[in-house]
Amino acid sequence: MSRHHATVAEAAPRAGAPDGRSLPRLLAEVPSREPMSLDHHLAVHGELPHEHRHGRRHESALIERVERAGLRGRGGAGFPTAVKLRAVAHGRRPIVVINAAEGEPASLKDRTLSELLPHLMLDGGELAAQAVGAEEVIVCVCESAIAGVESVSAAIEERSGESSVRMQLSTVPTGYVAGQESALVNHLNGGPALPTFTPPMPFEQGVRRRPTLINNAETLAQLALIARYGSTWFRELGTPSQPGSALVTLSGPVAYPGVYEIEHGASLASLIDAAGGTTAAARAALLGGYAGAWIDGSLLGGLSLSDEHLATHGASLGAGVVLLLSQDACPVAETASVARWLADQSARQCGPCLNGLDALAATVEEIAGGTVEGNASKRIERLAALVRRRGACGHPDGTVRLILSAVETFAAEFADHARHGPCEACDRAPELPLPARSTRNARRREPVAF
Amino acid sequence: MSHSSHKLRLNPIACEAHGMCAELFPERISLDEWGYPVIAGEPISPSLLSHARRAAQACPTFALLVEKDKAPA
Repeated sequence: MSRHHATVAEAAPRAGAPDGRSLPRLLAEVPSREPMSLDHHLAVHGELPHEHRHGRRHESALIERVERAGLRGRGGAGFPTAVKLRAVAHGRRPIVVINAAEGEPASLKDRTLSELLPHLMLDGGELAAQAVGAEEVIVCVCESAIAGVESVSAAIEERSGESSVRMQLSTVPTGYVAGQESALVNHLNGGPALPTFTPPMPFEQGVRRRPTLINNAETLAQLALIARYGSTWFRELGTPSQPGSALVTLSGPVAYPGVYEIEHGASLASLIDAAGGTTAAARAALLGGYAGAWIDGSLLGGLSLSDEHLATHGASLGAGVVLLLSQDACPVAETASVARWLADQSARQCGPCLNGLDALAATVEEIAGGTVEGNASKRIERLAALVRRRGACGHPDGTVRLILSAVETFAAEFADHARHGPCEACDRAPELPLPARSTRNARRREPVAF
Repeated sequence: MSHSSHKLRLNPIACEAHGMCAELFPERISLDEWGYPVIAGEPISPSLLSHARRAAQACPTFALLVEKDKAPA
């Protein structure tokens, strides 16, 4: 057994485990610039427990521990991780993919893990591989995340002599839909990083047609802690339905925007406090990123960051994005620019997404410019219904969710723009973060038939 | 006793809006304003199954699939 392997006892927090009630967990001793070295990582979290799997017939104890911990995927969909592990563990010669290909412009957490804490997510990948009987782990990082690519590549090298599995890095072309599971499989099989028609799902037939476990980088980092400290420890933070801590990217008018580790169910106010408070009053908050939903500023005071609570406002944490929009910004102009960017991020593979998102973005742009004719909200509703559930991936549905939520939350501003055209705030530099935009479709307009 | 019924599934990536399916199976398929098929969700009764199959076979890009519906009819 190699140096950083030690057999772990059962679920009870082991002696020497950190206090389960305290934060940070994932971000314990996180360095501010250089990635945490393997030695430092092992000093903070202890050795990597070895998951014995007694032949193909017996399930790894880790899967049950992950189930008891109630760990759910942190890439946005929130699927139970144990169910995913189990589905792949039944297959022949599975492959594990660590998904750090974060395409969401408002999220930085997976980039942060790749850059600063690569060993935590690599631990998770290695443990998951042991649990499902895989010998191969592929780490997917966005090619634009240069520091992350370098850090993960160095970390793989650093642990090469110690690892029980083969690990390799794959850089993924940057794109909003590139981190989608089937797009990663497509990319790893030599195709473009674009979604494919499923089923077969990756867990049935993925990379090289083998059963493929694709987990978000944070999910696997959490799994690495559960393997070390147990499910009881994990549940000491969070809510019963959403246990544990989570990485959250907070941006907007706060003193220190960035990635924070919170307990599920923590108040938004405490997160904002941790970020040094607001620098301007918030008009609203976007939860879950650009496939998420807006919550009006008047409701933010009592907001608690758990999906159970957020669901009452039609929102969820998604991949942990909390974006505040200041009172000074124009929500209509902001929505128009994000809607256009999202339309441009269409893989252009499915007709309803290609045409529908463009038509939706054009409608929001017309409202923002005050040039819209007829009943604009009816048109948006009709287009939304035409787009929803008709794509191969979730991109059209996510974009529709965001636009409908903006129209509802900023109803007064939308009505005002439709009637009177641009407001004074329309000329301000956009607040909502977007990567440098491709100009491919920026001027393209197609007539919308009625 | 439950009959196995069928349903239509579209591969939206393969679909190129030729529109043959809506022509051949208007009972379940209409076209949106861009010419892409909108498929009604109800299962296909045995009497309509041959129409569904014909529509699927006529698709130039094989984007339309007739599949057994697992739910009881």
